Amino acid sequence: MGISAQSTQFNRRKDLLGLKDVSNEEIELILNTAIPMKDIIGREIKKVPTLRGKGMITVFYENSTRTRTSFELAGKYLSADTSNLAVSTSSVQKGETLRDTIKTLEMMGPDILVMRHGMTGAPHYVAQNTSMRVINAGDGTNEHPTQALLDMFSIREHKGRLAGLKVAIVGDILHSRVARSNIYGLAKFGCEIRVAGPPTMIPPGLDHLGVKVCFNLKDAIRDVDVVNVLRIQRERQQTGLFPSLEEYSELYMLRPEHLSLAADNAIVLHPGPINRGVEISTDIADSDTAVINEQVTNGVAVRMALLFLMMGGRRDEIAA
Amino acid sequence: MKLRDKNQIMDEMSMKRALTRIAHEIIEANKGVQGVAVVGIRRRGGPLAFRLADLIESIEGVRPPVGVLDITLYRDDLTALANQPQVHRTEVHFDITGMSIVLVDDVIYTGRTVRAGLDALIDLGRPKRIQLAVLIDRGHRELPIKPDFVGKNVPTSREEVVSVCVREIDGDDKVTIQELVP
Amino acid sequence: MRLLLKGGRVIDPANGIDGALDVLIQDGRIAAVGDIPQGPEIGTCLDAGLDAGPGANAGPGSVPCSSSSRSDHSTTIVNCRGKIVCPGFIDLHAHLREPGYEYKEDIASGSRAAAAGGFTTICCMPNTNPVIDNGAVAGFVRRRAQEVGLVNVLPIGAITKKQAGEELAEMGELVAAGCVAVSDDGKPVMRSDVMRHALEYSRLFGIPVLSHCEDANLSDGQMHEGYYSTVYGLKGIPAEAEEIMVARDIVLARLTRARLHICHVSTKGALEAVRQAKALGLPVTCEATPHHLALTDEAVGSYDTDTKVNPPLRSAEHVQALREALASGLVDCIATDHAPHHIESKDCEYGLASCGISGIETAIAVIMDRLVRPGLLDVAKMVSLFTTGPAGIIESRQAADGMDQGTSDLTANQAAAYRGALTPGAPADVTIIDPELARTVNPRQFYSRGKNTPFKGMELTGWPCMTIVGGRIVAQDGRVVGQTD
Repeated sequence: MGISAQSTQFNRRKDLLGLKDVSNEEIELILNTAIPMKDIIGREIKKVPTLRGKGMITVFYENSTRTRTSFELAGKYLSADTSNLAVSTSSVQKGETLRDTIKTLEMMGPDILVMRHGMTGAPHYVAQNTSMRVINAGDGTNEHPTQALLDMFSIREHKGRLAGLKVAIVGDILHSRVARSNIYGLAKFGCEIRVAGPPTMIPPGLDHLGVKVCFNLKDAIRDVDVVNVLRIQRERQQTGLFPSLEEYSELYMLRPEHLSLAADNAIVLHPGPINRGVEISTDIADSDTAVINEQVTNGVAVRMALLFLMMGGRRDEIAA
Repeated sequence: MKLRDKNQIMDEMSMKRALTRIAHEIIEANKGVQGVAVVGIRRRGGPLAFRLADLIESIEGVRPPVGVLDITLYRDDLTALANQPQVHRTEVHFDITGMSIVLVDDVIYTGRTVRAGLDALIDLGRPKRIQLAVLIDRGHRELPIKPDFVGKNVPTSREEVVSVCVREIDGDDKVTIQELVP
Repeated sequence: MRLLLKGGRVIDPANGIDGALDVLIQDGRIAAVGDIPQGPEIGTCLDAGLDAGPGANAGPGSVPCSSSSRSDHSTTIVNCRGKIVCPGFIDLHAHLREPGYEYKEDIASGSRAAAAGGFTTICCMPNTNPVIDNGAVAGFVRRRAQEVGLVNVLPIGAITKKQAGEELAEMGELVAAGCVAVSDDGKPVMRSDVMRHALEYSRLFGIPVLSHCEDANLSDGQMHEGYYSTVYGLKGIPAEAEEIMVARDIVLARLTRARLHICHVSTKGALEAVRQAKALGLPVTCEATPHHLALTDEAVGSYDTDTKVNPPLRSAEHVQALREALASGLVDCIATDHAPHHIESKDCEYGLASCGISGIETAIAVIMDRLVRPGLLDVAKMVSLFTTGPAGIIESRQAADGMDQGTSDLTANQAAAYRGALTPGAPADVTIIDPELARTVNPRQFYSRGKNTPFKGMELTGWPCMTIVGGRIVAQDGRVVGQTD
């Protein structure tokens, strides 16, 4: 064909399990590819034939309608056939092992499996036991790579770059896969990362990842370009990690007076769904500084980019 | 294997003459430039589309809208490629519905790129008609596609490569036939 | 029939022997250790290990081997040149799973695994089903082991009934049935009053209480808590979950003056507590496992469930402390914590996987390859950690305690006086190691039903090449003798 194919090594990768082991070049390729993908979402006809004949299945062992829908739409916009295994009604409830469930799905012939699981490492386990490509849509308290990619895309779209930016991540860092993937991704691009949260929700060893730990929200936010606010899980209160939602809000809810400490034109991200008045004040959630709604669109774009990059190429050429 | 220049078939002047003639033909075929837009196929169709628009403007005094189409997502060989090509943006910032679109590419060969371009274009809207302008027609069509405007017909063998250089991308304007040498 | 182990490096820490000597075995007992002439009645010639190397195959000296005429007076000569000849290795801590969990392991498969792995005596933990919390189950285990007849199996009784941590098991009955210690291994005795009473009561029999130290309120996790638990996103178990209980048990040992043995010590703080206890003269001992000595928590990164073990693989800092404690003599013995599991318990999500490593067939090689060969552990010290170390722990101290004898049948403990030594008259339990033999760990070749090892695929150098129990060669070159694989 008459066009030059600037080739990449991306689809030599069988799976995307986390950002920990993804190169800067790969991340940049995904983010760059997401730009034209985002254009497609804005068109009258939101469909390109690229992945015609490819099958994608989503399996979510934890409820997350929005992430699942985002993946499904991404697949559909690229003309892939998508379907979803509804876990609550599936044989998972009948005690079928994960390996058996995945084998069954594999025999139905899809090319790509998008999986969310409450247990860390479950997608890694699945990836080792299937010929399908596996995308981790969140595993336990480990990683949520596509969320971090869409966060990075949103940041880059607003700030024009990633390098040198100061980013604060606020909330339950200990249990947050969003925080972890963001830390791995942003650190690769030379961001200065701070986290803020109750000491009971700060995991050990963050300093070795180049992350500055603040217990106080104001300390974390001073001069930052980006604040990424995490959703607080109410059930953490039962395990004694904080005394009450009220006290959590008092100490860690992002309010305008905090944001005034940040750099000019700082933006606020949130993976959603937001708890207004708990981790983020309504003033901020509804302000121009919040890019929370754009993040949703960007999520579809980034997932389209990922599906395109991963599903091209013949299967027999995929490095095992 | 690498490519070696065999012979040059166009230089800057002959390219300019060919494009000027095509511009005239486009105006003539469309009885003016009313409702005409020029859309180039990335990469080298893009600069050629802008040049055609410049030439049309210099002849008619009216500049047709110009756009650039990225057809990567419409290619029919994606699953056969070892690695995915980089996707770029399609930049057609006007509504193509009802317009006469002149699709521009540097070389027509099998016709598959043009097929992808037609699909990509139709996903953007419903043009009144689509015409095809190419700088070089080297034959060996695999689809029933025929250009409306041709700069130069160049009989080639399948072993040869037609290389179009444009100054916007490559620094100078020329067309050469290359052959593979071990 | 006589067996002459010729020309090996004999290391017998109990008798202060380390040198190129011969060992003569007669009628199932050690007859002599020294420079022993071959004598005229040569029977069969064997090489200790198949990989004896060029020259070694010529047999001892230039004496030709005659055919295998097995008269009572013939002597089988085992060429041990280049090998290390030791008292039979003792594993203080193994899970044989029978009765109740025969799909994981049984006494026969566990005995074969032990023999192939170079162990002549193994102590089996009571977390079976039913639990070894009474004489009948302990007796069953011993009878089964005798029927299998490969290695000595010494049961360990439970501390509490059903290992529920509430009521003491009948320790007298357990000792009478041959138990050499008590333990609720697999879970901690969370109640301090129960542990106190167990320690106090154990003094009646002079047996050690083997404590699995884990504060269950702090140990709800999948791996060691630290940098890698953060990076791998798995819930961490802090070192303190172990250290709190080690500290508690040590102060209870101080209170009760009872013999306390800390199972699978894995943290720097636990070692420090043991060091202080020993400095105070308390009868406290501890063991370390090959996996805690060889691997760090970094190994969990692949989410290979075979790295999931309790206590978890610790960080490099703790591993370093454990290695130093081993070399310095703070750690009393190496025990495998052989914990075989069925494939289904491991072929699953990391969070659902069972804890444990099938380690009895790789223990010696792991220690040889990772500690002895790099010079971190003297080979003679290594031998004592597998022989005199565990033998001293399972030896009854009843007399020393100066208490009235509470039970009559103490034959098992009397036999233990000889354990871990090549003393003439002792049962001829011998482990021979080929320090140069390199082999790749292949779980499919394990005799153990548990194929769960994080060492799979690793090439290790230094393997047991012959195991002799009661004068009989039960395993050679990693394969059990006289058994179909």
